[in-house]
Amino acid sequence: MSDTVIRVENLSKKYLVGHQSAERERYTALRDVIGREARNFLRKAVDVVRGREIVQGDQVEEFWALKDVNFEVKRGEVLGIIGRNGAGKSTLLKILSKITEPTAGRVTLYGRVATLLEVGTGFHPELTGRENIYLNGAVLGMKRADIKKRFDKIVAFAEVEKFLDTPVKRFSSGMYVRLAFAVAAHLDPEILIVDEVLAVGDAEFQKKCIGKLSEVATSGRTVLFVSHNMTAVRTLCSQVAMIDRGRMPVMGEPSVIIGRYSESYAKSTPREHAWDCPDQRPGNDRIRLRRIELQNESSSADEFAMSDDITIEVEYYNLVESTRLAVNFALYSVDGSEVLEDWSIHEETWAKKLMPCGMFSTKCRIPANLLNVGTYSLRVIFFDAEAVRPLYEYDQRIIFSVYDNEERDVLWHGKYIGHVHPKLYWLTQSLGEGERAR
Amino acid sequence: MIEIIEAGRIERHYWQDLWRYRELLQVLAWRDIAVRYKQTVIGAAWALIRPFLTMVVFTVIFGHLAKLPTEGAAPYALMVFAGILPWTFFSTAVAEASNSLISNSNLVSKVYFPRLIIPIATVMVGLVDFLVSFALLLALMVWYAYPPMWQILLLPVFVVMAFFASLGIGLWITTLNVKYRDFRYIIPFLVQFGLYISPVGFSSAIVPSKWRLLYSLNPMVGVIDAFRWCILGTGAAPWPSIGISLIVALSFLWFGIRQFRKMEKSFADVI
Repeated sequence: MSDTVIRVENLSKKYLVGHQSAERERYTALRDVIGREARNFLRKAVDVVRGREIVQGDQVEEFWALKDVNFEVKRGEVLGIIGRNGAGKSTLLKILSKITEPTAGRVTLYGRVATLLEVGTGFHPELTGRENIYLNGAVLGMKRADIKKRFDKIVAFAEVEKFLDTPVKRFSSGMYVRLAFAVAAHLDPEILIVDEVLAVGDAEFQKKCIGKLSEVATSGRTVLFVSHNMTAVRTLCSQVAMIDRGRMPVMGEPSVIIGRYSESYAKSTPREHAWDCPDQRPGNDRIRLRRIELQNESSSADEFAMSDDITIEVEYYNLVESTRLAVNFALYSVDGSEVLEDWSIHEETWAKKLMPCGMFSTKCRIPANLLNVGTYSLRVIFFDAEAVRPLYEYDQRIIFSVYDNEERDVLWHGKYIGHVHPKLYWLTQSLGEGERAR
Repeated sequence: MIEIIEAGRIERHYWQDLWRYRELLQVLAWRDIAVRYKQTVIGAAWALIRPFLTMVVFTVIFGHLAKLPTEGAAPYALMVFAGILPWTFFSTAVAEASNSLISNSNLVSKVYFPRLIIPIATVMVGLVDFLVSFALLLALMVWYAYPPMWQILLLPVFVVMAFFASLGIGLWITTLNVKYRDFRYIIPFLVQFGLYISPVGFSSAIVPSKWRLLYSLNPMVGVIDAFRWCILGTGAAPWPSIGISLIVALSFLWFGIRQFRKMEKSFADVI
C-alpha cells in the first residue's frame, strides 16, 4: 500500500449561470412581455409541478469552478490550500466533504474523513452546552458512544465546565467558538479537512487551535488546511497548493508558494476602477458603482509614500429613494490579516440624512504616516446605516502599496513591524548629573 | 477504509448511507423535540389545547348547529376527535417538513448526510405531539365511558399509514419550497384547504356512496376512516377507502422521494 491518503484525479465541477438577456434590451413593450410570459408560463408550470430546475434568464452559461485538477497528499502531511476568492477553494472543499458532487473526475480517500467547514455547525442556541456537544458530534459524524468517551476531554479543552447546563445562547462568543472547536478537534479522523476556522476567536484560542492541528498532524494523520491567513499557513503547513481560477494547483514549499501568491496578487490588479459604460457598472438594484479611485496629494495612484495622505474616492448611484447610506472601507494586508475598518457615519453632510436617488461621491482620507510599508487590499461595502444591513459589496479588492520614504540617519533600513507606523511622540531629556549608575 | 467520490456515486449508495446515518436522524428529531418543549412553557400543553379547541368548535358547528350524524352510538365529540388526531399530525408534519430544509440550510451547506433525514426527522417530531394528544383521547374515552374495542390494537398500522402520507406529500412540497422560495406562502392555504376536503369535522358517511371511492383519493380520507373504525369500533371496516387511500399515499411517497432525490444533488448549490 502506498503512502498516498488523498488522490484527486481530473476533478472538475461545472455550474450553470443564467443571464437575463431581456435586461439588455433598450426597452420592453408590455405586449412582448405578456406574449413571452404566456408562452413561458405553461412550460414553467409543468416544470414547477415536476420540480425541474429553472435557471433564471434565457441564456445559460457554463462556468467551470474546477477543471481537471490533479494532486496527491501523503500520510502525515499538512497541506495548505491558498488562492483568491473564487479560485475554486470552496468548491474543492465542498466536493471533498461530499456536500456537492463533482461533474467529472474522482477523489479517492484512504481513511476516515472529517470536514470542518465552519465551527459549530448545527449548534442550537436554545440547547445547553452538554446537549450541543452531542448534537454537533452527531452532525460531524461521531457515534454517541464515541462522544461519551471523549466528553470530558472536549469539555476540558473548551474550558466551559461551569456552563455545561446553560443554553449556549447565553455563552460569550469566545466560549461558543471554543466549545464548537473542541468538539471538532476531538473527532479523531485519519484525514481532517479544515476551512478558515481560525478566523474566529481570540489570539489565545487561535494559538490553541494551531497547537491542536499540528498535534493531529504529528500523530500521523493528514490535514488539509484552507486559509487566507498566510502566517498560519506558513507555521502549520508542510506543503502548500495554490489554486487559481479552478486550474491545476501549483504545489511546493510554503515559503515559495506564498511568495508567488503575493506577487500574483499584486500584479494582476487593475489600476483603473472606472466604468463608463452603464451596463458594465458593478452593483445591484440598490447601488451601482461608477468609479473607485485612490489619490495621493496630486494624482491618481496605487503606490503611496508613507508620508502621503491617501484619499479613497468612490462615485456611485444610489438607486433607492431615501436610504441612510454609509460607505464602509476595510483594509487588509496581503497575508489576510485585518488592518482597520471605518464607515462614513461620522461624515458631516449626508451621514445623518436620507439620501435621494442620484449620483454621489464619497471621499475618505487615510492620514499620512499611518500605514506601514506593505501591500494592502481595500474592501468596499455599502451599508444601510439605519438597518445596519449591507446593500452591496464590491467583489473585487483594490490593491495598493505603501513604500518607505523616511529619511533615517541610522544604518538600519528594515521594515518596522506591524501594519501601522504612525509618527509617535518621543522625548528624551537630560536629567542632569544626578547619581551615577554604578 | 477507502472512500471514493465521483459523479453519481452518492446516488448509488443512497439507501445504505441513510441507514448509516440513522443515529443522526434520532439526534435531529430529539433536537427539535427538546427545543420545542423547552422554548415554550406551554410546549406540551400546545399539543393538547389545539386539538381540544378544534374539537369543541367542530362539535358545536357540525354536531349541534348543522346536526350532522355521528357514527354509530359514538358521541359526536369523540368522533370528531378521532379525526382531528391524524389530521393534526398530518397538517403539522407537512407544514413543518416543507420548511425543514430551508430552516436547516446551515447544516445542508456545511455537512454531508442523506438530506432525506431532515424531513423524516421533522415528521417524527409530529409523532411525539401525536402521542401527547392521544393521551387526551384516552381521557375523553374515560369521560364518555366509551371503552375501545379490539380494533384499537390495529391503530399503530394506520399511524404508519398517516406517517407515509405526510412524508410523501411533505417531501414533494419541500422540494418545491427549496426551488421557489415564495412557495411557502401557499402552504398554509393548502393545509387549510385540505382540512375542508377531509372528513375531520364530520363523518365521511355523509358523502353519497357513489362518490365515496372518488373521495378516498384524498389519502387522509382512508386514514381518518381507519382511525375512527379503530377508536370508535362502529360499523364494518372501511377497507375500500383505506385501500384506495393507501395506494394514493404510497404513490405520493414514491413520487415525493423521487422528486426529492432528483433535487437533492443540487440542494447545496441552491440554498
